[in-house]
Amino acid sequence: MKNRAWWFLIPSLAVMSLSAFIPLMTVINYAQYTVFPGSAPQFVGMENFVEVFQDSVFIGSLGRQVLFSFEVLLIEIPLGLGIALALPKKGKWVGWSLVLLGVPLLIPWNVVGIIWRVFTRSDLGAVPKIFQWLGYGGYNAASNPGDAWWTVVTMDVWHWTPLVVLLCYAGIQAIPEEFYRAAKIDGASAWAKFRYVTLPKLKHALILAVLLRFMDSFKIYAEPFQLTGGGPGNSTTFLSIYTSRKAIGGFNMGMGAAISIVYFFLVILLSWLLYTIMLNVGGGSSK
Amino acid sequence: MKKRNFAVWIYFAFLLLPLYWMVNTSFKTNNEILNYMTWFPQNFTVKNYVQIFTSPFWRRGFLNSIAFVSLNVVIVIIAAVPAAYAFSRWDFRGDKHLFFWLLTNRMAPTAAFIVPFFALYSNIGLFDTHLAVALAHALFNLPLAIWILEGFMSGIPRQIDETAFVDGYSFPRFFWKIFRPLISQGIAVAAFFAFLFSWVELLLARTLTSTAAKPITVTLSRSLGAGGWDWGVLAAAGVLTMVPGALVVYFIRNLMAKGFAMGRV
Repeated sequence: MKNRAWWFLIPSLAVMSLSAFIPLMTVINYAQYTVFPGSAPQFVGMENFVEVFQDSVFIGSLGRQVLFSFEVLLIEIPLGLGIALALPKKGKWVGWSLVLLGVPLLIPWNVVGIIWRVFTRSDLGAVPKIFQWLGYGGYNAASNPGDAWWTVVTMDVWHWTPLVVLLCYAGIQAIPEEFYRAAKIDGASAWAKFRYVTLPKLKHALILAVLLRFMDSFKIYAEPFQLTGGGPGNSTTFLSIYTSRKAIGGFNMGMGAAISIVYFFLVILLSWLLYTIMLNVGGGSSK
Repeated sequence: MKKRNFAVWIYFAFLLLPLYWMVNTSFKTNNEILNYMTWFPQNFTVKNYVQIFTSPFWRRGFLNSIAFVSLNVVIVIIAAVPAAYAFSRWDFRGDKHLFFWLLTNRMAPTAAFIVPFFALYSNIGLFDTHLAVALAHALFNLPLAIWILEGFMSGIPRQIDETAFVDGYSFPRFFWKIFRPLISQGIAVAAFFAFLFSWVELLLARTLTSTAAKPITVTLSRSLGAGGWDWGVLAAAGVLTMVPGALVVYFIRNLMAKGFAMGRV
């Protein structure tokens, strides 16, 4: 029986070797060389990595990336949970609400960027108009770093909160009605019901939501690329934008590879940290 | 109760407003888009859509996208189902590590992989084919599918397998006749996610294609930078890229309420 398992894994391992294992090995190999297109690679050992950590643009993008991921988590998780709780449990509108929530998730990511660009551009968007009407006439995501930042955050909240809502909503649907009846008999307040019945049952869904949102927000590329191109200046240059700029910009490919490795391990490390913290908050067992 | 509904309405308005603006823009003439700020098209026109449907350039983009997304879903499901079965049914040496390694690939930043993908796929002659993009997207879709399916399969008691074997079912017959119907919902959820993440991805699809397999998402972002800033056509194309996703969501809306929270953390 034990060896049989490996036969079942062959298709997956074959696919993953082409889509993950060989590429990863190539990156690790490249990272130790200086590779300029058109000339022979030169072995430099760890030099590329040292250079990555000395690059102020890398450090800047990393800082922005961490700030961005935590900001969107802080907004999307409570908002998504709140909306999931407020949605009715059944009724004719539920199906349509779910369809509507699914729509932003299935729009190609660069189209999300285009939608928000059309929506917020100062010459053809609705947002500058609305801000002007509210008394803030200077809104311009293309030239004002603060505006650009909050536009990208708002776009991400718009794009991904529905995923949190859907995950939480499915979790809430799975809680048996008896739990709430029992809580009612005990005279529990609305808050107590939420704190001691809903929240523990939703732990699984919430962990999944936080992890998925963290990993994906940390990889964000197409949306800000299309909305602002990483600007103005470097104010919305996130790690992926920086990495791809370095990797396909015709510079030293070894440097691009070193950045990629640092980036990859950061995501794994931070995801693992988040996961461990979440498992330990609120008493451990999620199952 | 009232206050709660109010918050939900506000949220849905926020969700709809950018979409509405896009649709609104797609039915306007370029002159109106750039010179007037109107909540409804003053000179309603379908010219932008006509231009897309009559241009082979846009049509090919759509067909290419559909081709590699379908191919990706097929590859992912065929590979993920047996792997998930192995993980859910048997303990074998290194299974935990392997499972974790697979999951780390879901976390892999796509940008980190563009150089090696390009180098590898050019060398083996896959560059600019649908298969290249489909395989590259398996990087994040296959681990997710295995994860979701493993969760579903672990929810099905092992006794069912054992009883079937005692009754003399061969493995393939058991799998097709008994097990497959039990996990069909899980397969649907996994296929949905594979479709989702392959359809929306830009960076790998852009890196691995040039002309023959160029997807619609790339067509869109290239035409944006190409000087001819035809906002009306761009908006119309954007609206059209939302259609396949909206259709998929509509067909699986009942599944979404039930199957979303599956998968082991």
